[in-house]
Amino acid sequence: MQFTIEVGRFNPEGTYAENAVPGAPFPAPWDRSPARRYQTFTVDLPEHAVVLDALIAIREYQDQSLAVRCACRSAICGSCAMWINGHANLACKSKLSAFTQDGKTRVESPPSMPIIRDLVCDMKPFWDKHLAVKPWLQNKQPVPPPNEEYRVSNAAMEELIQEVSCISCSACLMDCESFAVNPDFLGPQALAQAFRYAGDPRDAETKERLAEYSKPGGIWDCTHCYECVTQCPKGVAPLEQILKLRKMAVDAGFTDNAGTRHADAFAESVRDSGRLNELTLMPKSVGFFNIVGQIKTLPSAFNLIRAGKFPPLIHKAIPGVNRIKTIFERVGGRFK
Amino acid sequence: MKVAFYPGCVSKGACPELYVSAKAIAEPLGLELKELYEAPCTGAGVLSEQNPQLADALNGLTLAMAESEGADLMTICSTCQGVLSNHNYHLKEDKERMDRANATIGDQGFTYKGTTKVKHLLWMLFEDIGIDRVKAAIKRKLTGLKIAPFYGCYILRPEESLGLKERPERKTYLQQLISLLGAEPVEYRGSTKCCGFPMLTFNRDKALAMGGNHIMEAKEKGADLLVTPCPLCHLNLDGQQPDAGRVLKKDIGVPIFHLPQLLGLAFGMDPSELRLDHHVVPTKGALEKVELKV
Repeated sequence: MQFTIEVGRFNPEGTYAENAVPGAPFPAPWDRSPARRYQTFTVDLPEHAVVLDALIAIREYQDQSLAVRCACRSAICGSCAMWINGHANLACKSKLSAFTQDGKTRVESPPSMPIIRDLVCDMKPFWDKHLAVKPWLQNKQPVPPPNEEYRVSNAAMEELIQEVSCISCSACLMDCESFAVNPDFLGPQALAQAFRYAGDPRDAETKERLAEYSKPGGIWDCTHCYECVTQCPKGVAPLEQILKLRKMAVDAGFTDNAGTRHADAFAESVRDSGRLNELTLMPKSVGFFNIVGQIKTLPSAFNLIRAGKFPPLIHKAIPGVNRIKTIFERVGGRFK
Repeated sequence: MKVAFYPGCVSKGACPELYVSAKAIAEPLGLELKELYEAPCTGAGVLSEQNPQLADALNGLTLAMAESEGADLMTICSTCQGVLSNHNYHLKEDKERMDRANATIGDQGFTYKGTTKVKHLLWMLFEDIGIDRVKAAIKRKLTGLKIAPFYGCYILRPEESLGLKERPERKTYLQQLISLLGAEPVEYRGSTKCCGFPMLTFNRDKALAMGGNHIMEAKEKGADLLVTPCPLCHLNLDGQQPDAGRVLKKDIGVPIFHLPQLLGLAFGMDPSELRLDHHVVPTKGALEKVELKV
């Protein structure tokens, strides 16, 4: 079966080859990757072939200068994550037949990562973030004597199985929307690992970890877009782990941040009126004493008022709001 | 067709133009809207993350209200759609969660049996109302307009609870609709990405850059306007656009339409009836392309 592959090639001169189009659709400020050109190859492979089969066939029989990183070919080593049709996927797990669109499949290095050559991106941002969350257990004291191991209940480890499945391929970070505009964001992989250790009963530094993860660039800088959940090839669902960390951090008392203020203001308004009070949500979330933050929101507030895009000044409760209040009294927890 | 209408807080708050336009297009589409006036806010994912049990009870109540109307629940907001779909999926899958939610709301006059379907207006156009009915309602083709679809995360992800695994075509309904209305859909990467709204209060400049980048990409591909089924995206992409322009140091100036406003225009309605004159970014330029004025 014939497959057409469009490969994003690193162009060392930094200029575009004839008939080539720029790599990134729009050169966003975070796109520091060099210009690339797309080269089209045709390969003859069986119907069940994956994208990596095509890339290896190209390198072996058509153009040995093509740089591609791979090892296990079985979705376990995490080496071959790249952009396939504009989203991060493992090349060894992506069937060509499923990824052929308009008669071709486009593969390239993700524009959110620096390129070394062709399909090989520089993983340094990924490993820096990974290490920043201290992805190792920090002992509880006293440690067990040498002839005994730590014992952990099955139930406690079942909570962490999902995160342990991570193969560090960086597919989640490559497609992370927050990372795309904020290189300081720790990102989905690192934070999923953060939960794996913060949630481990053997770890002695949970509180210190939560303090660290609550800082700017941490759990509250996730934009909640679910891209990482969709792109993770191993079902780690990083966003869900970030949300667990947020809850753990708030429960542990790390509440002096816009994220917690936002959740509190949100819950308060739903509890008291059954619906969202947009008039008070923004100022309460920003923090009344954050004068600079409050001033920054003023031009937009003025624009909205001028356009008539503004909630009613008197916030009315929904009919039957007592029902909602009862629910909050019963299961509202700290929002009671 | 009767639907249990869940307009969501924002359409009755900072995006009144969405509520007005959604009501306006109901008749030509043959929709009988039974508005769920007593249904609470979904919690927009904020309550689900901090207190899943509370969010199960609140959304279980809404789902039970729709159930007692004997109709599918219709949303006009990607975020409401995502949160309600998510809780509906888990309540149906997990009996323990369902029992716990019902134990909380049972004596409030509602018990959820698990039969409600949650559908955004966008899905209903294709799956329930039918494109023949939509076609029949068109009085003014939007020929000449290049329109960039902007979905909003929660109508696309996570795929499981939204039923996108069974119905992958839901990921292209906006493009299909734009073509159906006579306009040209703009293909660009940002259409399925995040507008940045959830980060607006935590990390304002980054949230603005995120939304601004997507609009600029669409603009560079020739878009006259963006259309979105999500009012939260609208608040960021339209409401904050001048500020996003300042952050990116670019002149953006691309109007953002709500889905019902676009439908209303094609159904021959007057732009002011759809409150297209109540946007932060003027809609004038785009409307003039189809010989309309606000």
